[in-house]
Amino acid sequence: MSGAEAFCRERPFKANWPVRCAWFAAILYALYAANYLDVSWARFVVGLGNGATFLAEMVPPDFSRWQLLIDNLIETVEIAIIASAFGVLFSLPIGLLAARNLLPSWVTWPARTFIALCRSFHPVIFAILFVKAVGFGPLAGILTLVFASIGFIGKLFAEAIEEISLKPVEALRASGAPFISVIIYAVLPQVLNRFIGFASYQFDANLRNSTMVGIVGAGGIGGTMFAAFQRFDYDFLAAILISIIGLVMLSEFISIRIKRVFQ
Amino acid sequence: MTTRTGNALAAQPERSLRVEHLVKAYQPGKPVLNDISFEVRGQNSVAIIGPSGTGKSTLIRCVNKLIPPTSGAVFVSGENISRLSGRALRHARRKIGMVFQEFNLVERLTVMENVLCGRLGYVSVWQAWRRTYPQDDIDRAFALLESIGLADFVHQRADSLSGGQRQRVGIARAIMQEPHVLLADEPTSSLDPKTSVEIMEVLVQLSEAHQIPLIINIHDVELARRFTSRIIGLSQGGIVFDGPPAELSNDHLKTIYGGEAWLQ
Repeated sequence: MSGAEAFCRERPFKANWPVRCAWFAAILYALYAANYLDVSWARFVVGLGNGATFLAEMVPPDFSRWQLLIDNLIETVEIAIIASAFGVLFSLPIGLLAARNLLPSWVTWPARTFIALCRSFHPVIFAILFVKAVGFGPLAGILTLVFASIGFIGKLFAEAIEEISLKPVEALRASGAPFISVIIYAVLPQVLNRFIGFASYQFDANLRNSTMVGIVGAGGIGGTMFAAFQRFDYDFLAAILISIIGLVMLSEFISIRIKRVFQ
Repeated sequence: MTTRTGNALAAQPERSLRVEHLVKAYQPGKPVLNDISFEVRGQNSVAIIGPSGTGKSTLIRCVNKLIPPTSGAVFVSGENISRLSGRALRHARRKIGMVFQEFNLVERLTVMENVLCGRLGYVSVWQAWRRTYPQDDIDRAFALLESIGLADFVHQRADSLSGGQRQRVGIARAIMQEPHVLLADEPTSSLDPKTSVEIMEVLVQLSEAHQIPLIINIHDVELARRFTSRIIGLSQGGIVFDGPPAELSNDHLKTIYGGEAWLQ
């Protein structure tokens, strides 16, 4: 009895020794790992010097091969647009099939597994797989980004559907409407503007990723960029980087405009 | 079943609802509704009163199988609903209009789209998607909206309306089904007293004008007395009163709701 009273008067914030030990161990491990991987101040300072030389060689950017640049940029944009179109097209039904509040688990389970598979690998890994499967070129890049889009939009779309109000769904079921009509009238209106938001965000991401899949040979400006790196062609590299920045900013501008239309 | 439908078409019987020995137990052995039987025919309005949690909403949802009953049968204009499933059930549900406590409209669609939702059971998915309803449906929807004072709101989105207006849209949607029975689940509970009375007037008027039997779940006993011709009192899953409002005495109310202090 008195033991319980004493317990009540103890300090409100008790020292948690296991947590303290865990923190100590974590810091110790970080120091060990830095040492093991040869992360040292000396190397960092040398690296700063190298970086400065690298940057100096980038100026002035070399736009003399602008035709190659433009061709590559167009291919990059085409990859992004085609991949986004098909990605959005496929993720709409797959997202619907994955919504657990509308469909039984034997339908949502496979759909959710497929989405999880699409999300489990970084686009670079998908790109390597597809280059192996269909060969070098934009097709591999497109397939990569289609899967990335399904993973992203499909998951968010399914979650958006799971958050809708089920009251109108109940009302339309009670009126004898077919299931697809219930989806069209009671579900889609509630999630359509969010879906457009996800799709335009994914287009943005696809544009940035389509500059990258070329590094492993899946088409677009990435391949040229990687070649410029390896040839120490830093002034041309600067030109490529600047045009990628310009492209992404342009798409940002356009997507803001598009979203305003659907508000 | 085909023969029954054939006979029904030939004889053109009254629109009616018959509930026979309905039992609903969410957990085995603990029935929420226990052996409910009643019948409503023709132009007749019935209020179902009873304390919260006594199964009023469950009863109404058992009629159109939104909640499957444990046992018993429900007949709408002679057709047994309880055995149906799939397409047959959907077709039967077209004959059962339903009005909800929280209106259950699609907020982001217009008033007209919401009212035409009542026809979704009759048009194909493709027609629904393209919004190509038969002209007859559109004309009826306009007339209906006119008659309940919403003619100026046809193209407004449902979320821009007031509570009373939304419930009118909900009622119009149910009437568009050309139902054989109209179920209303606490249609006035989300509304202020004045609007509640207006909504009850609309419900009773429309059900009389279209000769649809009306069944209303309601916890406002005064509204029930004022607007319906028959009251069914539900308590602990069973019917404890069934008769005209005039016969509903304070003793009955005590049996239905328990206690008596609230009657003073």
